[in-house]
Amino acid sequence: MLSLMETLWRVMLHAFRKRVTVQYPDEKPYLAPRWRGRIVLSRDPDGGERCVACYLCAVACPVDCIALQATEDETGRRYPEFFRINFSRCIFCGYCEEACPTYAIQLTPDFEMGEYRRENLVYEKEDLLINGPGKYPDYNFWRVAGVKIGGKDKGGAQNEGAPVDLHTLLP
Amino acid sequence: MTVPHTIVVIICVLVAALTIAAGLIWAERRLLALFQDRYGPNRVGPFGLLQVLADMIKIFAKEDWIPPFADRAVFVLAPAVIVVTVLMSFAVLPFAPGIIVADLNIGLLFILGMSSLGVYSIVLAGWSSDNKYSLLGALRASAQMLSYEVFMGLSLMGVVLLAGSFNLTHIVQAQSGLWFVVPQFLGFILFLIAGIAETRRLPFDLPEAESELIAGYHSEYSGMKFGMFFVGEYLGVTLISALISILFFGGWLGPVLPPLVWFLVKMFFFIGFFILLRAALPRPRFDQLMAWGWKVMLPLALANLLATGAVVLAWNK
Repeated sequence: MLSLMETLWRVMLHAFRKRVTVQYPDEKPYLAPRWRGRIVLSRDPDGGERCVACYLCAVACPVDCIALQATEDETGRRYPEFFRINFSRCIFCGYCEEACPTYAIQLTPDFEMGEYRRENLVYEKEDLLINGPGKYPDYNFWRVAGVKIGGKDKGGAQNEGAPVDLHTLLP
Repeated sequence: MTVPHTIVVIICVLVAALTIAAGLIWAERRLLALFQDRYGPNRVGPFGLLQVLADMIKIFAKEDWIPPFADRAVFVLAPAVIVVTVLMSFAVLPFAPGIIVADLNIGLLFILGMSSLGVYSIVLAGWSSDNKYSLLGALRASAQMLSYEVFMGLSLMGVVLLAGSFNLTHIVQAQSGLWFVVPQFLGFILFLIAGIAETRRLPFDLPEAESELIAGYHSEYSGMKFGMFFVGEYLGVTLISALISILFFGGWLGPVLPPLVWFLVKMFFFIGFFILLRAALPRPRFDQLMAWGWKVMLPLALANLLATGAVVLAWNK
């Protein structure tokens, strides 16, 4: 009986505690920079698309919500012809971001993606592309990769030596 | 009292009782949230007060489904019985001097009788639903309410002895010197516990224990019929709180403030206490509940009655 009284008293004291509820729409929670939310496709510092359409994200995705088609422009630069993420399937695990070799696909601290129509949750490339480098401001894949594209020959990348001349005997 | 005055009082009491019962939906959720470090409904209207209205619109719009296997007539009748019996009890409550529908000289007995009739609602609901969970709930409810009614009445006899009347107005007037909670403290505790059991509130909500019986006797009910059970429950809470304040805490008596305000303050204090009980206490096992009622509460109530009788007899000599 006494313990019941004590319970009542202690529960009553809770009336004066701080509330734990976050009044969400009025009061936004703090989201860490690495929070895994809406997926974006970022661009190089020089404005080009980072994505090289290697399909690694689509392979890594456990729910198969990423669909894309690779193509190549006239300078030999690979890019996705279309890039589609079905956010009604996405579980925001971040595996696509981990798999991406060019830092193109990134998860952002944004989760307010509510829609009245399910079809609107399928994001196309123009919905995903952003005009910035995202979390890696200085990284430029095509400037560090040894691939030859228009405007950059073999050996032209940063920190890359001239290509080995196979036809000479000199060291 | 003239007839127009009585009619005005009847309408006022009806409106007030139903408004309070509906408002308790909101008050309970807000208070429970308060005790659980939350806010509760605070979106609809000021302080979420219009939540009541939203809930009402919702419940009226719900499908009113009568299961094909149910006993239709009884199924429909059952929710009405509980509301009617509780509302009848409000007729004899003296809210303030002159604000009373029927100043019965056996008011207290009338209330006890009405609360006994309330059991019918639950038994009939559980029986007519033709569902084993409903039946189990109804079985539990009838056993619980019958056994707790026994000492509910007995615990009040001390008050009746002290006041020398079954008339609630006289009982309140007899407390002008000293509230009956002081000489009848045991009676107050017994009545409080019996009152919680009578209204089937936590921790004595075994008839509708969600974790075991789905919703007990009202498992099959939907729409406004289900709503009626809830209105009945909240009306019951209001009634028991009002009774506690009338019988043990001097009803409308109090300094400075007008009588009706004093009455409402006391009543809402006990309504708050009912909600605190719900927030704090777990429910006992059913056999514990019955053993507690028959082996502890009933002997205590009898002892209380005996002692009070002896003291009153010795005092009057």
